[in-house]
Amino acid sequence: MSLGEITRVSLAKDLRLEWRSKDAINSMLFFALLVVVIFSFSFDPTAEESRHIAGGIVWVAFLFAAVVALNQTWARELRNQVLDAYRVSPAPANALFISKAVGNFIFVAVLEALMAPLFMVFYNLRSIGPAYQLVVVAALATWALVANGTFFAAMSIRTRSREVMLPLILFPISIPALLAMVSATTAILTGEGAYRFWVVLLVVYDVVFTTVCLLLFETVLHAE
Amino acid sequence: MKFLYAAYAVTWVIHITYLTLLSRRYRRLRDEMQDLRKK
Amino acid sequence: MRRIFVILALLTFGLLSYALYEGMVAAPTEQTMGEVQRIFYYHVPSAITAFTLFLINFAVSIIYLARRNQKADALAVSTAEVGVVFCTVVLVTGPLWARPVWGIWWTWDARLTSTLLLWLIYISYLILRRYSTSGQTPVIAAVLAVFGFLDVPFVYLANRLFRTQHPQPVYFGGPGSGADPRMTYALLMNMAAFFCFAALVVWLRFRLERARQDFEETQALESLLQPDARSPR
Repeated sequence: MSLGEITRVSLAKDLRLEWRSKDAINSMLFFALLVVVIFSFSFDPTAEESRHIAGGIVWVAFLFAAVVALNQTWARELRNQVLDAYRVSPAPANALFISKAVGNFIFVAVLEALMAPLFMVFYNLRSIGPAYQLVVVAALATWALVANGTFFAAMSIRTRSREVMLPLILFPISIPALLAMVSATTAILTGEGAYRFWVVLLVVYDVVFTTVCLLLFETVLHAE
Repeated sequence: MKFLYAAYAVTWVIHITYLTLLSRRYRRLRDEMQDLRKK
Repeated sequence: MRRIFVILALLTFGLLSYALYEGMVAAPTEQTMGEVQRIFYYHVPSAITAFTLFLINFAVSIIYLARRNQKADALAVSTAEVGVVFCTVVLVTGPLWARPVWGIWWTWDARLTSTLLLWLIYISYLILRRYSTSGQTPVIAAVLAVFGFLDVPFVYLANRLFRTQHPQPVYFGGPGSGADPRMTYALLMNMAAFFCFAALVVWLRFRLERARQDFEETQALESLLQPDARSPR
């Protein structure tokens, strides 16, 4: 079987399992909602200022929710010794990585699509810049978080306090991407600021780190 | 100025703390090696 | 080996003392900042040393991934730890310099934020090494080191734009404008001194790591060869 076929089969399996149980999406949704409400107490969400701050809050909420999804990325595989089976099979390791990353991307994207209207309502947001740009930023940003996140989740499988280790190693490295996604979102919402630079930074970040992930995933898979 | 002396002092406090940590690890490792040799 | 170590240690001690004298006494006092500026002679060399150590860590991690050489891994953890120590010095002496000169302990400008982030990235590396229960910790750590170091340019670029977009309370200009040659000399002396000191400490940490590696290997062999009731594993 080729890389594409394995990726597709693996991805379909994950999506089907998730659709049936809706484990990840439910916990992510609830978590994001909680973050939104809690943040609303730290400033007055109806003020004109909210447009400047909303970008940051939105992405912090999505980041924490994404971690919920990422933490359980490999849990099922671990429980059923799938990783061992994969290691002895001739299947390319990257197929596994891509399918997991794309699966996580879809979960988080669905979450974002569900939460976006809620944000608009809670914080009375109306974008000054063109809204389609928000979708572009969201796609690039989500991939940045999810690609590195899936990879680091694999790295933290055999560590004590696994759930804490993942954010611990993911967050510092994701900070440039976080900065870019927050700044780009704020730039679009407020209509001021260097939107283009941040998008370019996100694109370069995505390209560089996806490449590194693809190059090194096999090493990490065999190192477990 | 106080800050100047504080800065220099802190620098060496940090370095010496680390070196002390290292020497403690050396000692612990030596003890473990001796235990192993006794067995 | 031991002789070289002793020579290096003596050289380091000599250089450090001489450099301290140069920085504290011989170098001329800076016009605008006064005596406090002398922190510069400890702050800047520490920063350059820390960065160099992290660079070595990056190179050695890649070598480890390619060759799985135990020495490479020992050097990786050594440079990371000592790098964090030096970075801590930078992060502590910085505010101590900023406070009397600009009245604030900290500002989120590009350089400071980047240094803080560098520190966080390598601390996360050290935590991963400590908390990993896998037998292949060095491999995973090396991978993280690669990610971490590749991230550094992004961190700097992102912070550059982000922090210059917002009005800064302070612009961190180095006292390099119209540098007195005696200042440059003091700086270079301190850099040489701290480089030697860093080499010395890394060497010590490296030896400790190699000893620990040998010890674990011996331990493993012992438990394999021992004819006791434990199940062989």
